[in-house]
Amino acid sequence: MSQTLSIERLTIGLPDGADRPFAVENVSFTIDKGEILCVVGESGSGKSMTANALMGLLPPGVDVKSGRAMFEGRDVLRLSEAEKQAMRGAQVAMIFQEPMTALNPLMRIGDQIAEVFAAHNLYTQSERRARTLDLVREVGLPDPEKIVRAYPFQLSGGQRQRAMIAMALALEPKLLIADEPTTALDVTTQAQILKLILDLRKRRGMAVMFITHDFGVVAEIADQVIVMREGKVVERGDAAAVLENPQHEYTKRLLDAIPTGKLPEARTLSETPALEIKNLRKTFRTGGGLFKPVREVHAVDDVSLTVARGEVLGLVGESGSGKSTLGRTAVRLVTPDGGHVMVGGVDLAALSEEELRKQRNKVQMVFQDPYASLNPRQRIMGALTDGPINRGVPKEKAQAKARELLEIVGLGADAAMRYPHEFSGGQRQRIGIARALAMEPELIIADEAVSALDVSIQAQVLDLLRELRERLSLSILFITHDLRVAAQLCDRIAVMQKGKLVEIGRVDEIFLAPKQDYTRQLLAAVPGADWAQSQEVPA
Amino acid sequence: MWKRFRSNMGAMVGVALLIAVIVVAVIAPMLFPQGPWQMVQRPFLAPFAVDGLPLGTDTLGRNVAAQLAYGAQVSLLVGLVSTLVALLIGVPLGALAGFYGGYVDEGAMRFTEFFQTIPNFALAIVLVAIFEPTLTSITVAIAIVSWPPVARLVRAEVMSVRTREFVDAARLAGLSKQRILIRQVLPNTVSPIIVMASLMVATAILLESSLSFLGLGDPNAMSWGYMIGAARTVIRTSWWLSFFPGIAIVITVLALNLIGEGLNDAFNPHLSRKGKA
Repeated sequence: MSQTLSIERLTIGLPDGADRPFAVENVSFTIDKGEILCVVGESGSGKSMTANALMGLLPPGVDVKSGRAMFEGRDVLRLSEAEKQAMRGAQVAMIFQEPMTALNPLMRIGDQIAEVFAAHNLYTQSERRARTLDLVREVGLPDPEKIVRAYPFQLSGGQRQRAMIAMALALEPKLLIADEPTTALDVTTQAQILKLILDLRKRRGMAVMFITHDFGVVAEIADQVIVMREGKVVERGDAAAVLENPQHEYTKRLLDAIPTGKLPEARTLSETPALEIKNLRKTFRTGGGLFKPVREVHAVDDVSLTVARGEVLGLVGESGSGKSTLGRTAVRLVTPDGGHVMVGGVDLAALSEEELRKQRNKVQMVFQDPYASLNPRQRIMGALTDGPINRGVPKEKAQAKARELLEIVGLGADAAMRYPHEFSGGQRQRIGIARALAMEPELIIADEAVSALDVSIQAQVLDLLRELRERLSLSILFITHDLRVAAQLCDRIAVMQKGKLVEIGRVDEIFLAPKQDYTRQLLAAVPGADWAQSQEVPA
Repeated sequence: MWKRFRSNMGAMVGVALLIAVIVVAVIAPMLFPQGPWQMVQRPFLAPFAVDGLPLGTDTLGRNVAAQLAYGAQVSLLVGLVSTLVALLIGVPLGALAGFYGGYVDEGAMRFTEFFQTIPNFALAIVLVAIFEPTLTSITVAIAIVSWPPVARLVRAEVMSVRTREFVDAARLAGLSKQRILIRQVLPNTVSPIIVMASLMVATAILLESSLSFLGLGDPNAMSWGYMIGAARTVIRTSWWLSFFPGIAIVITVLALNLIGEGLNDAFNPHLSRKGKA
């Protein structure tokens, strides 16, 4: 096979004051025609920088120090700006992680795709239109004639990503660079997009450089893998070889950190419920002007479930399934339209604002975004003691408890006097957990609490939660979109779809004998499912 | 923060200029113990024409240098106090509107718009004309015309901060709404308020000068605007009478603007989240 791209000893320098001198150091690899190369690494490993360097999209202050990137017999790193512009789109195309921000919100989908032709001065108006339609059809967007006239906000995340791919394919590039293209998508949508990329590769024979942090995705599509860490390649090889027989310590750790779907031992659960949700309903109404009909979304539609004391219940669903609304209703950040939320004999849904404040401590929440969930202008001690002091705990006692909790979550008591910006994402999430524990709640709701973290950090936080579950016999409602994560931690799993509870059962029941079609679909869409299955036997 | 501010050349020049103006204002009574109104020489003396009068004398033979120094007191005082008063009106109103939303927001914003629809300067003239023109009434008038933008800024900031997850966390901690607003939300809005306040001091100084120029200033206070106003009939024969107070206004306002921009750059680095490589 002929080489499409060959990178030789690429080094990219970071500006002074960064945490290391080079974003990427001495990286070499090649991609053959029709081959998919996965570049795997955690955030900050330099994988995106490598892609940006190829496209000439490096941010100011960051530049290529040495090395070559041979593509079509030319070194793309040394091209003039005009030559780079001609190359971008036509020979090398790129798709991004966030399809909403990568598309122009004020331009119709068809026009955006046709603009690629216009930018390279190709074809007449009508030819451009015809080709745009062909592309839209090729990437499998429904109802092509209508969708070319739609605006990005009218499309779902997966459809937007398809539109991005159509733009990228417009000029039949020889190399497609995909930078975490499925990270922002649901599992089922992710599976579809991965299949689309595989199809396109087969049909067009283009080379694909696929950047991801998810070894599950690697197992699905990769031919070759390189693993990057802190700007250096630590391991490379055939996908199958790397997955089955990783050589480098770091790769092994990454692979171990992946929630594999290894099923935990079923534990016997206590009979007393920590949380009982009965017939909970929440409907959101939007619009409703003079000429517009009211749009209703049944975010939570008659859901009943219980979490036993000491149980971890996983709540799984795609985005828009109402799982977050259910969680927010259970802590009464959102007031439900009907139904009951019974915690320790009190119906939280029925309390007045004033009474509720006194009962707030019963249910606590760990939030998704570690960067937004701590007040940047408040010391950690304040975040951990505000609530208890407000409940009447003496200040010294609350502070002593806060220090103790910081020890428990593995940060050390001296973290208390620092500000949030001094901590990394995983550490902040630990603080969030300590904050929830400080209120001595009967139940903790973890809303996508590990979704924003790198896999190895994710594994650490999951370990912490598991340890706390044993030690403090915590009851947790664990909301996640990732079945693999749920399988690691939970006793039972509840599956939600479009506001309704589809199925609930023990983890092994859900994984091995799902009763509903939707659950089966979700399970099939988990990236690397087959590979994970094969791993289970020896483990 | 302070480090980034210090490395900004413009801002440091601004600070130096402002300190100079403040020093002059403070030591004015020591430099010119006889005060700004005392006639000391023949009128219309050009700068350096007589020893001890480096900036000459005005139409009545008063020392222009002394007038400038005392004028600095008035300008700075009016600028600072009126800005403080404007903040005292604008910050609470904007915070309530942004935090509680709904009818509170509607009410507060319609009230704000009522003031915004009237041209600033016209309203200030009317207010000063109604009251006795004293330093207090001028300060209050300037504050009344300059708080609406503060209210709008604080409202917008509060609205964006209140949706952050740490506010939800504070609600779950059982904190009352007032406490969340004051302890959690408002501290996260101070940086844009400080920036705006530094620029407002400059605007207030200009407003005061304009009012004094029109003869609406406090007749017992020597101010730069009054000096220019009094000198406008003789601008062709005695240029220094309007030139020096004009320069003083330019320098002070420029200094405040430089500081404001420096603060803005220091508060808004794009580093709050370290970018991923």
